[in-house]
Amino acid sequence: MSKPKVAFFDFACCEGCQLQVANIGESLLDILDIIEIVEFREVMSEKWDKEIDVSFVEGSITDEHAKERVKKIRDRSKILVALGSCATIGGVNGMKNSFELAEAMRYVYGDSSKFFPTIQTRAVHQVVKVDYFINGCPIYIPEFVTVLKCILQGIPFYVPEYPVCVECKLNENVCMYDRGLTCMGPVTKAGCNSWCINNGNICYGCRGLTINPNTEGFKEVLKKYRIPEDFLMKKIQMYNKSRELDQS
Amino acid sequence: MSQNININVNYLTRVEGHGNIVVELRDGKLEICRLEIVESPRLFEAFLRGRSIYEAPHITSRICGICSCGHTLASIQAAEDLLQIKPTEQTTLLRKLLLHYEELDSHILHIYLLVAPDLVGVPSFVPLTKSNPDIIRRALKMKRLCNELCEILVGRHVHPIGAVVGGFTKLPSNSELEEMHKRLIQLQTDMQDTVELFSKLTFPEFERDTEYVALVNDENEYPLLYGDIGSTDGYRVSKYEYKNVTNEFVVAYATAKRTKWHRDSYAVGALARFNLNSAKLHTKAKQAADMLNLKPKCINPYLNTVAQIVECVHCVEDAIRIIEILLNKGINQDEIVIPDINQHGALPQRAGQGVGVVEVPRGLLIHHYECDERGIFKEANCVIPTNQNTANIELDMLKLVPEIMKQSQEEITLALEMLVRAYDPCISCSVHMVELKL
Repeated sequence: MSKPKVAFFDFACCEGCQLQVANIGESLLDILDIIEIVEFREVMSEKWDKEIDVSFVEGSITDEHAKERVKKIRDRSKILVALGSCATIGGVNGMKNSFELAEAMRYVYGDSSKFFPTIQTRAVHQVVKVDYFINGCPIYIPEFVTVLKCILQGIPFYVPEYPVCVECKLNENVCMYDRGLTCMGPVTKAGCNSWCINNGNICYGCRGLTINPNTEGFKEVLKKYRIPEDFLMKKIQMYNKSRELDQS
Repeated sequence: MSQNININVNYLTRVEGHGNIVVELRDGKLEICRLEIVESPRLFEAFLRGRSIYEAPHITSRICGICSCGHTLASIQAAEDLLQIKPTEQTTLLRKLLLHYEELDSHILHIYLLVAPDLVGVPSFVPLTKSNPDIIRRALKMKRLCNELCEILVGRHVHPIGAVVGGFTKLPSNSELEEMHKRLIQLQTDMQDTVELFSKLTFPEFERDTEYVALVNDENEYPLLYGDIGSTDGYRVSKYEYKNVTNEFVVAYATAKRTKWHRDSYAVGALARFNLNSAKLHTKAKQAADMLNLKPKCINPYLNTVAQIVECVHCVEDAIRIIEILLNKGINQDEIVIPDINQHGALPQRAGQGVGVVEVPRGLLIHHYECDERGIFKEANCVIPTNQNTANIELDMLKLVPEIMKQSQEEITLALEMLVRAYDPCISCSVHMVELKL
C-alpha cells in the first residue's frame, strides 16, 4: 500500500504551528515512515500539483487571493485539516475585524494601503469545508499526533466539548480566580492540558470558545469576583473575534 | 553574445513567509532584480491600539513562530522601559538564557534543515533521511533538546508562556536547572560534530562590502539582550535614536519596508554580530570560527550560516555559564510574577514611550510603544530584521547576477535562492509590523 500523501500550506499566520511539527524531534522520522510529505514550503522545495490525501492548512484567510487558493487546495484534497488557531477560529488575526478595515489599512500602510487589498479575517471553515480541527496557538503536539492517528485510521476526532478548567483541576493548579485574576479557562475548549496555567499564566482562550459555553455560570463567576463583562469581552476578542462571521 | 534570462521564483521555499525572486536579463543587461515580499498584511500595529501594554508580549510574539521569544523579549523591554521597571539580576540572567535557547533553536533549523540541503544538492532534508540518517537524526535531536530547554524555562518555545512584563510567571527549580544543564552538555557534543561537518562543506564564493549593524556595548559579553546600535563603519548611537539608523523607505512591489543608514543598504544578523563583536565570543566559539575559517570582517553573505554555527557554540557555552551561576546562587522563587493585564496594579502604570532593542536570530529587532496613563496603547512601531536586510539582499543580487550570468538559468536561480536563504529571512515578520506614526 502506498503511503498517504500529505501536504502543509500556510496562509496569514506566524507559521509557528508548522514549526511545532518540526519540533516533534526524532519521532518525526517515524512519522515519515508512514506518510509521504509531498509539499511543505517552509522546509521543503519539493512541489506537488496532483491529488493530496491530507492537507494541513495553517493561517487565516485575509484576502481574495487566499480565498481562491484555499478553494483550490480543497478541490484536490481528500481530507482538509485546519491547523492552529488562525485556521480554526481566525485567532489573533481576527482582532483587525474590530476596526473598520480601510481605516486599519491606512493606519499601517498610509497612502500605500491601496496596493494591499484585504478582507475581514476568516477561519478556514468559513471559506471551505474542514474535516478536522487542531486548535491552539500554537498547536499542542500530543493533540496533533492524536489527530494524525485518527486521520490515518479514517476515524473522526472530536474536539473536547468541556472547558480547560477540567484539565486544569486534574493538574491540581490553584484557580486563577482564587488568585484574583481573570482566566479564560471556564469558556475555552480543552485539549491543551491547561498548558498556560501549568506555567503560571492565565488562559488566553486561544483554542476557541467551548461549543456550548456555560455563559450564565460564567457570568456568576464574573459577578462573584466583580469583573466587568466588557473587560472580559475584550479578552475573548483576542482570539475569537472572527466567530461573528460564523453566523453570517 | 546577447543573453536573456528570466527568473521568477514564486513563493521561495525553505524560508519563513512568502517572497518571490524576480530577475530579468535582456541582451546581457540586467533590467529587473528584486526580492518581492508578497505576504498578506496582518495589521498587528493597528489592532494593538486600545489593548493593554501588559498584553503586548503575548500578542506580538504571535508575529512570528520562529522568533517568538525574541519578539516577547523586545516587547517586554519596550514595555518595561515605558513603565520604568528595572528587571532584577535573576530576571536578566534568565532572559539571556531564553535568548540563547531561541538563537540555538532557530539557527539549528536554518543550518540543518533549510541550508544544508543546498550544500549537498537535494531539494530538502527528506532525501537526507535516507542518505544521511545520522545527520538528520542529530539535527532533529538538537531541535528537540532546544525545545525541551524552552519548555522547562518558559513552557514552550513557540509563543513562550512564562516570560512577561516584570519577570517570569514560573521559575525553574534547582532540579530543573540541572535538567537544563544536562541537555546543554549533550548539545555541546552535538555542536562539536556540527562544526566538524560544516568545516568540510563548501559555501559559494561571493563578496560585497556593506555596512553591518548590530548591538554593541562596553561590557565584556557578546551583546544580545541590550546595548547601543553600532556599525562596522564605526558609528554608534543609543537605541532611542533607532530611527536615525533605520531611515525606512517604501518600494512599490513589496508589503515590507526597507532601511538604509550610511550606505544604500545595511545588513543585520549573525554575520553582522560576528563582524562587530567576535572578540567577545566564548573561547570555544572562537576556536569554531577558526576551524570554519571565518574571520571578521567577512563580507560573503553566504557565510551568515557559518556565523550562525559559531554563535550556536557560543550560546551553548554561555548558557552553561549562566546556569552554573544560577545553580550556585539558587533561584529566588519569591520573584515570580503573575501580572495578567495588571488587574491589581501590582506593577506601575504610567503614560509615556518605551523602546526595546534585542538581537534575535535574524538580527536587530526594535519595538517602540506609546501608551496613555492607563497603560493602553496609543501607538506602536516595530522594525524587523528582515526589513533591514531586504535592500541589502537586492544589492547583493545586483552584483551577483552579472558575475554568474554565464551559468545556466537553473544554476543562477539556485545561487539566488541560496543567497536569499543565507539571510534566513523571516518574511511573515517583515510585513506583520511595518510602520506606525510615532
